[in-house]
Amino acid sequence: MAPFLFTFFSLFTIATAVGVVVNKNAVNAAMCLLLSLVGVAGLFVQLDAYLLAFILLLVYAGAVVALFLFIIMLLDTHDSKAQGLNKLSGVAPLAALGLLLAGVSTFVAKGKLATSDLLTVPAAGANLKLYAYQLFTTYLLPVQVIGFLLLIAMLGVIVLSKKHEGLDDTK
Amino acid sequence: MNPATLNDYVLLSALLFAIGFFGVLLRRNTLVVFMSLELMLIASTLALVAFSRHNGTNDGNVFVFFIFTVAAAEVAVGLALIVALFRKRHTIQLNELNSLKN
Repeated sequence: MAPFLFTFFSLFTIATAVGVVVNKNAVNAAMCLLLSLVGVAGLFVQLDAYLLAFILLLVYAGAVVALFLFIIMLLDTHDSKAQGLNKLSGVAPLAALGLLLAGVSTFVAKGKLATSDLLTVPAAGANLKLYAYQLFTTYLLPVQVIGFLLLIAMLGVIVLSKKHEGLDDTK
Repeated sequence: MNPATLNDYVLLSALLFAIGFFGVLLRRNTLVVFMSLELMLIASTLALVAFSRHNGTNDGNVFVFFIFTVAAAEVAVGLALIVALFRKRHTIQLNELNSLKN
């Protein structure tokens, strides 16, 4: 059953990720992003990281994609008639993609990454107690830094979304 | 069919990263570029979880926890920046934001 699920979720994730990139409509792209995140959450479950799969669905699929949709609706972006990519800016991403894919596939094909079944190793990620233990001992300082980062981000968003009079630099 | 190995997961995560990278380079709509960035972040977390699972440790999973937090903060600030940009320039198409050109 597990190999079938891996194949299914990986194909699903890749297909919807391509959908994010190629969709003309931003709302459709956001919906594809949502589906892609659900696929990745399925892969996380395959890897026995149940907590992370749940957080991915809650934080990303629940909050981030909803935020994206709000902003898309708020800005109401009329797609500016796709004024044909000029040659260089069309070729450059394709060349970069090809190089990246070639490098990575060579690495994966020739690399000496273990080929044994993942299920032979005990799953540490399924243990909820271990997360709590590590977050409050080994990673105590990063947790506090992250808390501070969230505070700064909140303040930054408030400052950014305020209207500043007399700072208008457009004509 | 063989069970999924570490190689498969790393390849999948690299593919996902490449697709996101392609989107960042190709698209003109700032919001879609931002979504592709999220895709790249997710691809990196998938590799971290796979390696962590393979080594039987939990540290990679804790890193993914932190990455999610940073990504949430990043999305909030990034979208606020895009809204501020739209207020000033009335466009979010990247090829129309060229006031530094001349």
